Amino acid sequence: MENNVIEVKNLVKKFGKLTVLDDVCIDVKKGEVIAIIGSSGSGKSTLIRCMNGLETSTSGDVLFNGELLTKGNINKKRQKIGFVFQSFNLFPNMNVLKNVTVAPKTHGKFQFPFTQKWKKAKQELNEKALEMLEKFGLGDKAKENPNNLSGGQKQRVAIVRALMSDPEIMLFDEPTSALDPEMVKEVLDAIKSLADKGMTMVIVTHEMKFAKSVADKIIYIDKGKIIESGTPEQIFNNPQCERLKEFLSKILD
Amino acid sequence: MWDNFWSRSWTVLTENSSFLWDALQNTLIITFAGFALGLVIGTILAIINANPSKGIFSRIAKGFAWTYILILRGTPIVVQMLILFFVFLGPQGVEALNVAILAFGLNSGARSAEILRGAIGSIDKGQLEAGRALGFSNFRTMQKVVLPQAYKNAIPALGNEIIALLLATSVVGFITVIDITRGMQLIVARTFDVLVPYMLLAFIYLVLVYILTLVLKFFEKVVFKHGK
Ligand SMILES: Nc1ncnc2c1ncn2[C@@H]1O[C@H](COP(=O)(O)OP(=O)(O)OP(=O)(O)O)[C@@H](O)[C@H]1O
Ligand SMILES: [Mg+2]
Repeated sequence: MENNVIEVKNLVKKFGKLTVLDDVCIDVKKGEVIAIIGSSGSGKSTLIRCMNGLETSTSGDVLFNGELLTKGNINKKRQKIGFVFQSFNLFPNMNVLKNVTVAPKTHGKFQFPFTQKWKKAKQELNEKALEMLEKFGLGDKAKENPNNLSGGQKQRVAIVRALMSDPEIMLFDEPTSALDPEMVKEVLDAIKSLADKGMTMVIVTHEMKFAKSVADKIIYIDKGKIIESGTPEQIFNNPQCERLKEFLSKILD
Repeated sequence: MWDNFWSRSWTVLTENSSFLWDALQNTLIITFAGFALGLVIGTILAIINANPSKGIFSRIAKGFAWTYILILRGTPIVVQMLILFFVFLGPQGVEALNVAILAFGLNSGARSAEILRGAIGSIDKGQLEAGRALGFSNFRTMQKVVLPQAYKNAIPALGNEIIALLLATSVVGFITVIDITRGMQLIVARTFDVLVPYMLLAFIYLVLVYILTLVLKFFEKVVFKHGK
């Protein structure tokens, strides 16, 4: 389909004998926000990591804009697929500004250092980065080492880092699970602001309220299979299968 | 035998000052040039070893790296140097000093590779994944993300490597290079005084190692001041 940013087709992933994903199919339409929920070990991380090739499938395909992700094109495609990790994974050998500009700088057109063009490109990139950091409330942190930031700030930097390459889709793997409770909101708000601007997103999360408010579609996955999917309304107010009901009752109180 | 030890020491130093100064320079040149060469070789070997690819090129390169490290760490540096000089390069007219630098560089490369392999292994896997997720190739991720952190973690071990290298260079006299050890030996041969030159020699190494230790401490302090 032309409108699908990512298509996951009959995805199977095994680690040795353990089948972690079993015939999973997902279409992510442009502008759509999908939340993936499920209990620990159900395969959510594996699934979202397959979407940008951090895990390779045992069988089945992942398509980005209708094109199969392959070893040959993955680096190119990843520049347009933003990925945010649970554990931030900022680079401690660079300050915040360098963290968010290193990818576009490396992927951009090569300029000979210290020429006019090089200076201009660098300046434009830094301005864009500062503007973006400002937008996420990090304007005064540009020169800071990421180690000196709070968890919430780190995760917002990680979001800006992913956004700097102008991705067509953002993937989040439990972006708030490593955060102290008082910092969860600032990160969820940042993600919500992206949703409001129409960013296509897939979010693995345990924050049910957040999923309900931000997602167009919720996918419940258990033991590597999609058990149920639908609008937040359907999933939360009218769950069909027993396992989902049980999962929700456990997680909602 | 110990009569007038200090004045005799002073005489040995002043009478041979320019000769010993040249010898000392050779010791330092072989140490630092060898270390630098070793660091380059070690980095290349460590990158090869850290490549997760299971492709045919990667396998061949890893086999090469494994063999290289096995041989260079499994035979004495003196033997390596003798073979390099007398069998291969000496007959080609390559200067002994250059052969010494090369021999110590090749040898240090094997150890630096192991040091860097450990340092790379200690970097959180998430760093590599974050680099790859931004669209960097494996090599780019190494260059921009993993190696800078690995070098930093490896500074104490690499510092030890320089010191070990400095002391190990005392064998270059075997291939006619006049370093500080060989220099003192020649003075002994000339003056028949065994005590003073060799005691001086030990003292010079001790001072050099002490200075190096201080410099390395200072360097570590500067580097580790920022962040964690
Ligand atoms: N690299 C791996 N090698 C072997 N088994 C793995 C690997 N990665 C994940 N698994 C296994 O796959 C299963 C699914 O893991 P996954 O991380 O996708 O679950 P999850 O739904 O993200 O769980 P959580 O909510 O705890 O993050 C688990 O049983 C896990 O032990
Ligand atoms: Mg997970």
